[in-house]
Amino acid sequence: MCGIVGLYLKNRALEPQLGKLFEPMLLAMTDRGPDSAGFAIYGDEVPDGAIKLTLQTHDADYDWEKLVAALEARLGSRLDWFQNATAAVLKSTAAEADLRGALADIAPEIRVMSAGQSIEILKGMGLPTEVTERFTLKNMQGTHIIGHTRMATESAVTMEGSHPFSTGADLCLVHNGSLSNHFRLRQELRREGITFETENDSEVAAGYLTWRLQQGDTLAEALDHALQDLDGFFTFAIGTKNGFAVIRDPIACKPAVLAETDDYVAMASEYQALSSLPGIENARVWEPDPATLYVWERQ
Amino acid sequence: MKTVDLSTASVRELNQALHGQAQQLTERDWAITHPAGKHNIGVGIDEALKIDIHGHAGYYCAGMNKKANVTIHGNVGVGVAENMMSGSVRVKGNASQSAGATAHGGLLVIEGDAGARCGISMKGVDIVVKGSIGHMSCFMGQAGRLVVCGDAGDNLGDSLYEVRLYVKGAVKSLGSDCIEKEVRPEHLIELAALLAQAGVDEKPENFKRYGSARELYNFKVDNAAAY
Repeated sequence: MCGIVGLYLKNRALEPQLGKLFEPMLLAMTDRGPDSAGFAIYGDEVPDGAIKLTLQTHDADYDWEKLVAALEARLGSRLDWFQNATAAVLKSTAAEADLRGALADIAPEIRVMSAGQSIEILKGMGLPTEVTERFTLKNMQGTHIIGHTRMATESAVTMEGSHPFSTGADLCLVHNGSLSNHFRLRQELRREGITFETENDSEVAAGYLTWRLQQGDTLAEALDHALQDLDGFFTFAIGTKNGFAVIRDPIACKPAVLAETDDYVAMASEYQALSSLPGIENARVWEPDPATLYVWERQ
Repeated sequence: MKTVDLSTASVRELNQALHGQAQQLTERDWAITHPAGKHNIGVGIDEALKIDIHGHAGYYCAGMNKKANVTIHGNVGVGVAENMMSGSVRVKGNASQSAGATAHGGLLVIEGDAGARCGISMKGVDIVVKGSIGHMSCFMGQAGRLVVCGDAGDNLGDSLYEVRLYVKGAVKSLGSDCIEKEVRPEHLIELAALLAQAGVDEKPENFKRYGSARELYNFKVDNAAAY
């Protein structure tokens, strides 16, 4: 199974409440995914030329201060950073490759969850309520957010196997479904230079999109190719720097429902995840068509 | 009238109260408030109750219904009225996938659109959709009638048995062994009665009829020798 949810705010006045509006949506999908949960929140954007990395560790007592000091010494520049439970967000004006290189040298055990100007991916094992409490989702602000509750079928329940998966700068993916050709596709993508951290089928979908985008595809083109090359069941929600997109496979076995008001666009695996949103009674609520791309982006 | 508020009562409590009416009828008229997309609302009713659900319902709403008349004043999720035996279910909004799946009898009316697989494997139910229906609708439909006032998606009526399909709008594609058929006077009478029963103001002459060509393996008497 698995549950996926997304919330994109059209009304900027709601941005301080993004986490508060989104938390009940994610928790409503606990029945569909009690193993682990995660979300990608967009906001607190760093300026052009700067980069924001979200890092995560399994070690609750990890000494982030020591890591940051070592990174600053290596890079020769100051890092702006904060810790959130088992994660830390680093903001830097160093080149992304230098920052990643230094991190891989100094602390290879640290996982980079996301990179970009706006995105922060936070995820982990446990009931969705444990994950949202861990990272204090309800106090978070931002422009849009997508999330996932996981009931694992294709690979192990781990923090790394939780969604969302990063697919490039400020891009990420959550997946409900299962892919049949992920083994072969992973091999092919490895030959193309894409790296994978898990045996997870959804990570292959994320890697596939990363590869297509590297080939010069727009997001719409990459998803169009995905419809051809991914064999299996999927409803994807894709977070982008300025919005989010939803696409279902041509057979549309996996559920999805969309809702739109003047204030927001929301998606969920089931309507009950939308029922806590303000004004949902009068929202336009509909089921997205199969093999059809839906995109909402702030210009 | 008895009102059950699902923001305080559980779906199980509601359904047990409704099931209890088959043993001892104390209330025919029920209103259900704050459904909030919950699943399994009004599943397994076995008494001629009148039920109004005020809001959006989740999966399998009014599934296995017998005798009751259920109206959902909102949208419904997957499998509304699945396996219905008799009575009626009316959805004022849209329905998700597999509306009326495997239903044996009764009338299902969807005033909005229905998603994919509407009437899949239907076994005698009548379904009237005022809007459009999604792909693979009426797959392996065995008996009953499906009326669509809007359009139908891909592969309508694939591997159909005896269901009669009436579609007013465009059919994106017909499934295997499904063909357009002549509309004879008895079909216009049948369709007029269905539209009237569903309270839909459409002219029967504007619909096309589709059905099984009966060319698949199971329809060939020669194949009986295989057993």
